[in-house]
Amino acid sequence: MSRLKDKFSAQAVLQALAAPALALLTAFVLSSAVIAATGKDPFHAFYVMIDFGSKSDSQVWIINKAIPYYLSAAAVAIGFRMNLFNIGVDGQYRVAAFFAAVVGGALALPGVLQIGVIIVVAMAVGALWAGIAGVLKTTRGVSEVITTIMLNSIAGSLIGYFLSEDKLAVKDGNLFHTPTIPEAARFFLIPTSPDPIYGTVVIAAVIGLAYWFVLGRTRFGFDLRAVGRSESAASASGVSVRRMVVTSMVLSGAVAGLVGMPTLLNKSFSYGTDFPTGVGFTGIAIALLGRNHPIGMALAALLWGFLERTGIQLEFEGYAQEIVGVMQGIIVLCVVIAYEIVRRTVLRRQQSAVGAELSAQGTPGAPAGPDAAEAQDGKSAQSTQSKKAGTTA
Amino acid sequence: MSSESSGSSGAPSGSGQESAAAVELRGITKRFPGVVANRDIDIRVERGTVHALVGENGAGKSTLMKILYGMQRPDEGTISVDGEDVTLHSPADAIARGIGMVHQHFMLADNLTVLENTVLGAEKLYGIGSRARKKVMELSDAYQLGIRPDVLVEDLGVADRQRVEILKALYRGARVLILDEPTAVLVPQEVDALFANLRELKSEGLTVLFISHKLGEVLSVADAITVIRRGTTVASVRPQETTPKQLAELMVGSELPSAETRESTVTDQPLLRVTDLHLSAADPDGGLRTVLDGISFTIHKGEVLGVAGVEGNGQAELVEAIMGMSDPDGGSVTLDGQDISHASTRSRRESGIGYIPEDRHRHGLLLEAPLWENRILGHVTEKPNTKGPAFGIPGAPHLLALKEARADAERIVEEYDVRTPGIEVSAASLSGGNQQKFIVGREMSHDPKLLIAAHPTRGVDVGAQAQIWDQIRAARREGLAVLLISADLDELIGLSDTLRVMYRGKLVADADPATVTPQELGSAMTGAATGHLEHREEHREDGPAPDTEDAQGAEDAEDARDSDSDTSERGGDK
Repeated sequence: MSRLKDKFSAQAVLQALAAPALALLTAFVLSSAVIAATGKDPFHAFYVMIDFGSKSDSQVWIINKAIPYYLSAAAVAIGFRMNLFNIGVDGQYRVAAFFAAVVGGALALPGVLQIGVIIVVAMAVGALWAGIAGVLKTTRGVSEVITTIMLNSIAGSLIGYFLSEDKLAVKDGNLFHTPTIPEAARFFLIPTSPDPIYGTVVIAAVIGLAYWFVLGRTRFGFDLRAVGRSESAASASGVSVRRMVVTSMVLSGAVAGLVGMPTLLNKSFSYGTDFPTGVGFTGIAIALLGRNHPIGMALAALLWGFLERTGIQLEFEGYAQEIVGVMQGIIVLCVVIAYEIVRRTVLRRQQSAVGAELSAQGTPGAPAGPDAAEAQDGKSAQSTQSKKAGTTA
Repeated sequence: MSSESSGSSGAPSGSGQESAAAVELRGITKRFPGVVANRDIDIRVERGTVHALVGENGAGKSTLMKILYGMQRPDEGTISVDGEDVTLHSPADAIARGIGMVHQHFMLADNLTVLENTVLGAEKLYGIGSRARKKVMELSDAYQLGIRPDVLVEDLGVADRQRVEILKALYRGARVLILDEPTAVLVPQEVDALFANLRELKSEGLTVLFISHKLGEVLSVADAITVIRRGTTVASVRPQETTPKQLAELMVGSELPSAETRESTVTDQPLLRVTDLHLSAADPDGGLRTVLDGISFTIHKGEVLGVAGVEGNGQAELVEAIMGMSDPDGGSVTLDGQDISHASTRSRRESGIGYIPEDRHRHGLLLEAPLWENRILGHVTEKPNTKGPAFGIPGAPHLLALKEARADAERIVEEYDVRTPGIEVSAASLSGGNQQKFIVGREMSHDPKLLIAAHPTRGVDVGAQAQIWDQIRAARREGLAVLLISADLDELIGLSDTLRVMYRGKLVADADPATVTPQELGSAMTGAATGHLEHREEHREDGPAPDTEDAQGAEDAEDARDSDSDTSERGGDK
């Protein structure tokens, strides 16, 4: 029994490695083909990317870029684990960051306290914004995909409305932005050279840890995953599916509220018309790429940052600027397909292992019949195994 | 390709040796990962006969029929139709060869008429107008199907729908009809009507392949019987030369397990008391209909209460109301003195209700999750799955006890003889019987006071069936109260201490399982008999004659199922 268990865990490890390896290899080949098709040398492109991406200022840039990506992916992943598609992370983090910036710019509390208030406001606003979609889904049966997309637009308009001089913003040159957060209420930086790493990387780490712990180790996490796997089974097991939908949307929104914090507390210190947008959609790609796994998403976020950083350099070298976007798309597609292929293969293997186990054990409960079918069992099970490769087609 | 079969091969010899068989399967082998495969199947079906294919659940009958209907390709072996070797790539191929199939779950559009349903997809044959209508009526008359072409399918009962399916196959030119467990959805009286139709078809030279595991029926209608066990043909017999007992032993390979439990363990302590329960459900079109009406019963400690009924008469809703998955709008449910009428499912489970769901894939398992996570499902708040609040702080999130849950999953696998290579495999990779054994083990592990068992042995092999029955009996001796819902009347009669019959959302009759016969239960299931079913050894003299009563009953039953046909179809799902 334990030997078999080992085999399965070895299989699990193999699966964990096989899929990303397969995906990256395929993506590498396809990207090379695309670059070659534009008449450029793909190998030189990869050389440029690795060479430029590994420089120390690039490393810092990539890490800082990856922080909001990671938070955004975590927010999306909470929904994914629950079988909810929160496309609204984009709107949620922008509304959250905006109001957090407004509050932060208006208050003058002692530093640490004010940072806390800003973060709590951001999470609360994000949770509220996502909660609307959750409540609409449970009470009116409206798909969260529709509502969160619409809430994205509403978020944009809402911010646009308040982001003017006579409302909540100040004018600075041609740009409008919320009043600047006082220096005491800014997040710390980790002094690295040549540039510092944002201290908000700590928030990302805490969220990653909490994500892993809550989903994998707590009763609440089990209930959430159960609903994600089968609503009917979860409801029969005693989970209130409606409450779980609202709760997980609220949680997802709260994490989404944090997405704007690295920019707000480490870089811009105000919400202006140039505040980054679209990070919520990047989060969807990264959650897919990282398979909703806390470490997988971290690696995916870094990979994304790496591609964006090196994409700039590729342009200088005369490559088409769209190449990086194409690569990102190819990678996500390859990962999704590779994981599905590996998942199916593993399921088939497990099933045939179960079948082999059945035949090998025979059926001690049922006495042998009068015919030879019984005796054939072991043999044909083996032949099932050995011939399987040939018959899968 | 085909090797020499180990089982006895061929159909009954005799007539038709010189002419080609209607259908002949030789050396059919089909492999699936993890499930019983067909192995060297040899069947010869003579033209103009009713040929029965019997075998217990999971023996491979349905797979074989899917192969014959072109839905699956055999890995080895040959199929010949009318003496000609054929390769069937799709049902369309099979239909072109004159093979038609009536599935267990009907494939009809409810909002179309019988005529429209028949013509749908076969418009090229006779058009969609008067020519098609003429053909339909011709067929109906020729085979005495009693088709009413302009009635909406949603207004038809199960038996009528089945006839429409048969008509559809005939309309497409079928000369060989495959019927997959046609009697599973019928009450005994409707079965007789179906068999009359089959005899009619046979007399017109058609061939019927009939899948069943109900031996009495098979013996009464078939001209030849092929027995399948564990994926291979083990015998071909003639009905005149065999008995139900011999057939059963061929099917199982040993003596049949018995559901009998006779020593009574019923106590006088009521455990579950349901009083005047009422539940309405919304129809898809917005209307409200009553699905449970005035349900009252009491189950005592140590008692098994069996509920019989044609599927879709409110049994599933009753279970959901007692489990707390739907909120009743009237009446009360009391468990061990505590009113739980509106309690949450989780608190009910915590207070000692075990649940073996009717549809284990939808309600009993997380198929994609490993077995040990399924150990936690439904009992996430109970030992050994929980460590209580984090760091012992009240109100903190409760932690899972992963190690303990894993260990206990191992124990269930061991104690309940779940055949699996380990607890890390996904629940989906286990066979149905082993999934069920795991669920039974899980539910029994929390010492339930009340067990709700809905079709506990459906789709389960005979060995597992006997085990599950044993476990229910053992727990009953310990004072467990059981609400047993089953479509298997023998199981109900054998296990229950008290029997109630459900019809159109009401409990209409009760019976003593020691004396009642399946026939008598069947007639109450159609609504024909109500009150206490008193067993008569002789023909009834004081009541109406059973024949007329039955005919009336059959119609009533159909009406009942019209009103909630959607649930009956869902309910039939395995």
